[in-house]
Amino acid sequence: MAAPKPESKFIELKPFTDEMVVNMGPQHPSTHGVLRLELKLDGEVVREAIPHIGYLHRCFEKHSENLSYPQIIPFTDRMDYIAAMNQNWGFCLAVEKLMAADEKKAFEIPERAEYLRVLICELNRIGSHLLSFGTYGMDIGAFTPFLYAFRDREKILLLFEKICGARLTYNYVRIGGVSRDMPPKFLDEVKEFIDYFEPKIDEYNSLLTNNEIFLERTTGVAVMDTAMSINYGITGPNLRGAGSQWDLRKDEPYSIYDRFDFDVAYGKEIPEIGAVLGDCWNRYKVRMDEMKQSVRIIRQILEGDIPDGPIMAELKAVRPPKGELFFRSEAPRGELGFYIVSDGTPKPVRVRAKSPCFTALSALQELSRGLMVADIIAIIGSIDIVMGEVDR
Amino acid sequence: MLPVLQQLIQDTFPEFLVQGNNENLSLLVLEFLRSHVPFLASLPLSVSHLIAMLAVCVIFVAVVPLLPLFLVLAERKVSAHIQDRVGPMRVGPHGTLQTLADGVKLIFKEDHIPRQGDKILFVVAPYIIFACSFAVFAAIPFGKSILVSNLNIGIFYIMAISSVVVIGVIMAGWASNSKWSLLGALRSAAQIVSYEIPIGLSILAVVMLVESLKMQEIVMNQGGLGVLSWIVFRTPFTFIAFFVFFISAIAEVNRTPFDLPEAESELVAGFHTEYSGMRFALFFIAEYANMFAVSAIAATLFLGGWKGILPGYDFLGGTPGFVIKTLLLVFVMMWIRWTLPRLRVDQLMNLCWKYLIPISFFNILGIGIWVLIFQNDKHPAYIGISLLIIILGIFGAYLVLGKRSSQSPAPGASSA
Repeated sequence: MAAPKPESKFIELKPFTDEMVVNMGPQHPSTHGVLRLELKLDGEVVREAIPHIGYLHRCFEKHSENLSYPQIIPFTDRMDYIAAMNQNWGFCLAVEKLMAADEKKAFEIPERAEYLRVLICELNRIGSHLLSFGTYGMDIGAFTPFLYAFRDREKILLLFEKICGARLTYNYVRIGGVSRDMPPKFLDEVKEFIDYFEPKIDEYNSLLTNNEIFLERTTGVAVMDTAMSINYGITGPNLRGAGSQWDLRKDEPYSIYDRFDFDVAYGKEIPEIGAVLGDCWNRYKVRMDEMKQSVRIIRQILEGDIPDGPIMAELKAVRPPKGELFFRSEAPRGELGFYIVSDGTPKPVRVRAKSPCFTALSALQELSRGLMVADIIAIIGSIDIVMGEVDR
Repeated sequence: MLPVLQQLIQDTFPEFLVQGNNENLSLLVLEFLRSHVPFLASLPLSVSHLIAMLAVCVIFVAVVPLLPLFLVLAERKVSAHIQDRVGPMRVGPHGTLQTLADGVKLIFKEDHIPRQGDKILFVVAPYIIFACSFAVFAAIPFGKSILVSNLNIGIFYIMAISSVVVIGVIMAGWASNSKWSLLGALRSAAQIVSYEIPIGLSILAVVMLVESLKMQEIVMNQGGLGVLSWIVFRTPFTFIAFFVFFISAIAEVNRTPFDLPEAESELVAGFHTEYSGMRFALFFIAEYANMFAVSAIAATLFLGGWKGILPGYDFLGGTPGFVIKTLLLVFVMMWIRWTLPRLRVDQLMNLCWKYLIPISFFNILGIGIWVLIFQNDKHPAYIGISLLIIILGIFGAYLVLGKRSSQSPAPGASSA
C-alpha cells in the first residue's frame, strides 16, 4: 500500500462547517414574552426557526369548565393582556349570542352599554397598536419610539383606570353590559386625548414608518401573501397587510359597528419604497392606519349623543340554553373566536378560544426560512404576538 | 545606575531633550517640576524627564477614565430628553453622580466567569480592549502642548492601535462559551475590519493634503483663516471624506445604526453578554472612551483640532475649543443613536463595500487632482472655489434626496 502523498493532508484540511443551534428565548429581549425559538443557523442565515410554546400556559380552557360564565371574564383578561377589553368583549359577545338562542332568556343590551363598549374597545385597540408600534421600533433597533408609544399609552391607561379602576386586567365588559358607568367629564378627557393623539400618528410615521433604515429593514421582508395567510388561518392586521380588506367590524358587523363610518386599513404595494403586499412593513403600517380609523370611530361616538339609560341588561342569571356556538370578534390582533358548549347549567361544558396570535405564530417557521437572525426579530415584531394569548 | 538610565533615555527619545522644544506635555511637566521641586532639579535631566513622563502617564490614566464617566451621564441625559423623560435624577444634584453610583455597584458585583469558558482569554479580553482604546489618547493633541507624544506616525499609530480592539472583542466572544457572544464577536470582527478601510482611505485624503502623519502638524496646517482653513472645507473631497470618516467611525465604535455586535434586540448584549461586574465596566468605559477618541480624531483631522474658529483671534481655540468640537461630534453620535433604527448585517456590509469604499477611492483620486492643481495652497480663492462646489453639491443632493422623500407615501395613504 503506497504511502499517502504528503500534500494530501493539506488538501483534506477543509474547514469544519456545521449548523449552529441557538435557543432564542424563552428569556430574550425581543421574543415578546416567553417564546422559545430553536434557531438552526448557518452563520447569520436562519435555516430553520422552530417556535416552542407553552411557557405561559395557564389552562384557561380547563379552568373555564369549572367556573360560571361571569367568572370566566377575568380569565379572558389574562389572554391578550395588551387588549384585555377586547378579550372581555369577545367572550361576552359569545355568551350573549348563546343566550339569545332561547327566546325566554334573550335580552336587549342597553344602548349606552353598547356605546361604552365600542368606545373603550377602540381606545384599547389604539393602546394595543401603540405598544406594537413601540416594541417594533425597539426590535428594529430604535429605542425612542417605544418611549413615545408608552407615553401615549399611559394616557389611555389613565382613562381606563378612571372608568374601571384597573390598568391592565379590566374585567370591565360584562355579560349584558359593562360593569360601571363613566365618571363625570370622562368624555371630555377622551376628547382631549383624541385631539392630542391624532397628530401624533403622523409624527410617528415620520419618525419611524418612513425612516430610510426602517424601510430597508422591513420592506420586502418575510412576504406573506393573501393565499398563505388564509391557508394558515391568519386574520386581523396580518391578513389585511397582505392586501385583503377582511375586517369583522365591517364584514360581519357586531354590536353597533354598522353605525360608524370608518375604513378598513389594508396593505398596499408601494414600489417607490419597495413595499410589497404582505411584507413586514405593510403589516406594521396597517396597525398605524388602524389607529387613525379607531380615532375616527371614537370621534363619531363623542360627536353623536351617547344615550342615557342603564349600562347593564336586566338578567337574573347567566344560564345559556343547551347548545353550542362559535362567535368571533375583531380584536386588535385578529379574529378572536370563542367556542362555547353549554348544557344549560351556569357553567360551560367546554370553552375553546381561537387565538389570532397562535395562528400568526404558526406561520413563523415558513416565513423565516432563509432569512437572517435580524429578520426573525423583524417578523416576530410584525406579526405582533402576545404570548399570553398564544399559550392561554 | 543613573548614568545608564540617562544614556538609555537619551538613546530612546533624543528629540525630547532638545531645548526649547515644549511641544509635548511631558516637557511642560518637566519644566514645572524642575522649577518647583528642588530635589528633581538636582537629578540629571534625563532622569527627571523620565519622572515627568511617568507623571504625564498618571495624569492621562487618571483623567481619561473620567471622560466616560461624564459621557455615560451625558448619554443618559441626552437620551432621556430625546425620549421625553428626565433621566437619572436621584443621585447627586440632577443625577450628576449617577455614574459614580453605578460604578460602585459594578465594583461590588460578583465577578462571574463561565465554567466552560476559556478562563485566561475571558480575563484578558477586557484589558486588551480597555488598553487599546486608551492608548489612542497618547497621540491626540488636546492643545498646543497638551499632547503625550507627538509621534511622527501619529495618525497611523492611532489607526493601528484602535484596530487591536477587535482582537479583544473576538477573545471575549470566544472565551464566553456562549453562542450569542460568539455571534456578536464575529459580527464585530467583520464590521470593524470592513470599516477600517473607508476610515483609512478618508484619513489618507487628509494626509495627502497635509503631507504629514504627525497629528500636531495636521492641526498646525489648519490655522490662519479660522473656520475656512479647516480641512473639511479646504477641498470638496475632504468634505466628503469627513462624512465618510464620521459614518465609518460610528460603525467602528459599534453605535446605532451600526450597533449589530451588541444589538440588544437580537443578540442580548453581543460579545459581553457573559461579563459582569468590573470586567463589564471595562467594556463599558472602553466603549465611551472609544467614542470620544474617534470624535477627537475627527475634530483633529477635519475640524481644525485646537485651532480657533476665527482668523487671527484665538477665539474658541486651545484645549477648551478642541473639547467643545469633540463633544459636539459625540453629541451627534448620541443623537443618531437615539433616533435611528439598526441596519441588518448584509446591509451594513453593503453600505461599506458598495458605497463608502468606492466613494473613498473617488475621493483619493479627486484630492490627488486638487493637490496637483492648487498645490496644497491655503489661498482664500481656492477655499472659495471649494466652498462653492460644496454648496452646489449640498444643493444638488438636497434636490435629489428631497425628491426621493416626497415619493415616500404620505402618512395614512393606504387607508384614505
